[in-house]
Parts: sequence; C-alpha cells; structure tokens
Amino acid sequence: MREVAIIGVGLTKFGELWDKSFRQLITEAGTKAILDAGIRGSEIDALYVGSMSPGRFIGQEHVGALVADSSGLTVMHIPATRIESACASGGMALRHAYIAVAAGIHDIVIVGGVEKMTDVVGSEATNILAMAADQEWEAFFGVTFPALYAMIARRHMYEYGTTREQLAMVAVKNHENALLNPNAQFHRKITVEDVINSPPVATPLNLLDCSPISDGAAALVLCPLEKAKEYTDKIVKIAGSGQATDSLALHGREDICTFMSTVRASREAYKQAGIQPKDVDVAEVHDCFTIAEILAIEDLGFVKKGEGGKAVEEGLTARDGEIPVNPSGGLKAKGHPVGATGVAQVAEIVLQLRGEAEKRQIPDARIGLAHNIGGSGASCTVHILEAV
Amino acid sequence: MGGEAVSRFWREIPQRYNLIGTKCKVCNRIYFPQREVCPFCRRKSIGKMEEVKLSGRGKIVTYTIIHVPPKKFEGQAPYAVAVVELEEGVRVTSQIVDCNLDKIKIGMEVEATFRRIQDDGWTGAIYYGYKFRPVEKHEDKK
Ligand SMILES: [Zn+2]
Repeated sequence: MREVAIIGVGLTKFGELWDKSFRQLITEAGTKAILDAGIRGSEIDALYVGSMSPGRFIGQEHVGALVADSSGLTVMHIPATRIESACASGGMALRHAYIAVAAGIHDIVIVGGVEKMTDVVGSEATNILAMAADQEWEAFFGVTFPALYAMIARRHMYEYGTTREQLAMVAVKNHENALLNPNAQFHRKITVEDVINSPPVATPLNLLDCSPISDGAAALVLCPLEKAKEYTDKIVKIAGSGQATDSLALHGREDICTFMSTVRASREAYKQAGIQPKDVDVAEVHDCFTIAEILAIEDLGFVKKGEGGKAVEEGLTARDGEIPVNPSGGLKAKGHPVGATGVAQVAEIVLQLRGEAEKRQIPDARIGLAHNIGGSGASCTVHILEAV
Repeated sequence: MGGEAVSRFWREIPQRYNLIGTKCKVCNRIYFPQREVCPFCRRKSIGKMEEVKLSGRGKIVTYTIIHVPPKKFEGQAPYAVAVVELEEGVRVTSQIVDCNLDKIKIGMEVEATFRRIQDDGWTGAIYYGYKFRPVEKHEDKK
C-alpha cells in the first residue's frame, strides 16, 4: 500500500448562497483545490464527490458525471463517482479516494463534497435530512433528526450529569471560533443564555444547539506521498483512515450515549497512524448538534466517557486548550452543507498543519484529526493527517 | 414521505399493529422490527427465525418533546417521542401519549396502545401503529 498526501485544498464560503448553483459551488471549490495544488487538469486521474441528497435538494441525481462535466473534465472521460453516506458523504468520498490512490489504481485524484440545501424551503430540508434516519421505524412515528440527538442528550444528562449549560458552551465556543473564519456562515458571538433562551426544537435541544441549513462545497487533491514533493514543500499526509458503521436506528444500540462507529473508526485510524488520542494537536469533529461534539470527544478517546461536558466547561477543547476542537467554527457556526462537511473538515486540518490557518492558527499543529458522522451515528469516518 | 404506494405501509401492518417481532430459535434472542437473519447466529439462523408477539410493556430509556415537527405531524406538536425498552429486552421508538408532557421521565413504565400515526393527504390513507402510554394512568381509569 502506498502512502498518500493531500497537496491541494479548496473551499467556498458556506451559508445561504442564493446566487450560487450546485455546479457553480463544486466547480469553485474544485478549481481552488487544483490551483492550490499546482496541478494541470490533464494530470487528474479520477474524481470522487460526496453528496447526501442532490436528488431531493435540487432534483438531480447522477452528480458524479455532472461534477466532472461542470468542472470541464469530461473531455478526458475520467472516472467520476458519487458517494453517499448521509452527513458523512464527504468523509466517505475522501476515504474511497484514499483507498484508490493507496492501492495504486490512480495517482492524482480530486475529492469533492457539495450540498445545495437552500433551493428547498426549511421544512422540506428538515424532511430530507430525516431520510438519514430509519424511515420505517423512526421517521414513520414522527421522529425528526434533531429529536434523535435530543434523546441522546437527555440520556447523557441522566447518566453523567451533563448540564444544559455545558451543551450551550459547545455552541458558544464554536461561534467564537467562527469569528476568525472568513468562510463561516455565522460571524456572531453568542452567549450561554442565548442558547438556553433560543426556541425549543426537540427538548433539551434548542435552535442554537443545531447546525444550520447551508450551501457550500469543498475539495481536496490527493497524490502518492512519493510524488507530493513535485508539487509542494508543505506536505501533509494521510497517516490513518478509519470507517465504521452501527445500527441505522438509535434504538438498535445497547448504549445510546456511545457512537460505536466513532470508537471503531478512530481506533482503526489511530492504530494505522501509530498514535494515541493525546497526540492529536487539533481536531475537527462532527458537531451537527451540541451534544454530538460532547459524544465525539469522548468516543475519540480525548476524554473518558461521561466527561465530555465537563471538558468543554473547563476549556480543554478551546482554541488555547489541550486539544483544540473545531477551530473552523465546526458544523455549528461554519455551516453544514452536509455533503461538503467531511471534506471541509479535512481542508481545515490541512491548513492548520501547513500553518496557513491565519488568525485561527493553532500554534505548532503537527497532527490533526477529522471526524465525520452520518445520521445519528450509523456511519463514521475518521482521518488522521500529519505534517511531513 | 408522500405519494408512496399503499403497499409500503400495508406490508408492515403485522409489526406495527400487533408488535410482532422475530425470535432466533438458535440463541433465543428477540428482534423488533423483524429480522431475516440473526446478527449473532447469521447462517445458522436462516429458516430458524420465528414470529413472536411482544408484550408491549416496557420502560422509557430516553425521550424528547418535539416542537419542530415534520410536515405530516404539524398538527400534533408539541408531542413526545421516546425509545422504549420492552420487557423482552428489545427497544422501539414511538410517541408517548395520554400523559401530561411534563410528567414523562426516564424509567417510566409504559404500555403499547394502537393509534392513528399519520395521514397521507395524497391517497387519503390513514396509517396506524403503536404508541405508548403510561401504565399508571391506564390503571387509574379502571
Ligand atoms: Zn441467534
């Protein structure tokens, strides 16, 4: 198996981008990544794109070919594959592109992630996101996607004494981090009181506990590590990659407060990278809801099960904390165009490891981790990156 | 979900109306919803999964009050949904009804009750299934 490097990243702004179409967004991100890598279009061997539900959001399936076409790559007839794994579609696209390069099937591969969510009204977007849940045995009974995470939060509070304030502190931290990210959807400082007083969505979660509906795209360029020197001096390699699944429905699990998919995918990635959780200098984790970040830092092994709320309160995950989590603002404040999210997380880690994260730079970051979840934890990817 | 053929709902009727699950005759584990294969016994369980009716009695593992509902449930909000662990050890998700929303607690004893779940405006069909209600309140009524 060959080692694989990431030599280019590209991001669009995230937000309600009414003037930008699906194809404009992914073309913009892809073009930026290609320019960043300094490759020529003719060198591209394959394209993988993560997108959760273009069929429902914009009435368009077959987006592997569409993305190749709109980025001007069809004249070369390169293979283009769309990958779907709900909100983990982006991380999954990277995972499969990584496997293709590591296996020696392709050399230069573009990984894209994109979602155009604001062409439908908000309530329809909520319905589409709920499709990641079990349709027959959860959604049929009126369960929404926030409701599943709300039930996790309720049980976490019951078992471990996690407080309403601690949940709010995740949102406060991520909104503060997003102030320094020019691509973020929100540039608005919020307080614990703002979160607690925002309208209830599914108790105990309120509006400000939830990530927003967003448009956006992100892209990466992968190549074999041995070739990376030809393109860049600031080489970042994929040191570990893990992927795992769990029951589709929340009720199918013995422990509602643990995402075994995160545990399994991260242990696989740590083992491959030869590191421990404490070696991670910076992490982008899947905070689709505030409780999700608390679960993530526990299941990734940054803190013990049940201590996630306290860790956030004590500032362990702040920008100047022991393990800075979501310096980009996370899904909560940077925005969550679902298919783009997993790719954008990795783009942020690459920038951090290159020392190019501008005002939000974590000093001396050498090892970074990106954690992407699909649905209520039924699928997960974890990638560990290392500055070479 | 809109404009689906009614067969999608009809085929789940035994499970949703009568809480019929499956039992693996190799390891005696019980599943709901029904499974074709036992995840523990796998090939040994093929042809050995038998139907079993669940008691419908259990306890709330966790719950939430939904204030922002999906379109088909707009008239019902706010309403409670919960993960309920049944006596047989299997967990299911549904609504908690016949109860003040403030009274719902983790550990509360509940029992299944047959109710209207949602309407399909397109076909005019009404879909039924199980919801749960507190055991105490039901006994008070007697
Ligand atoms: Zn069995």
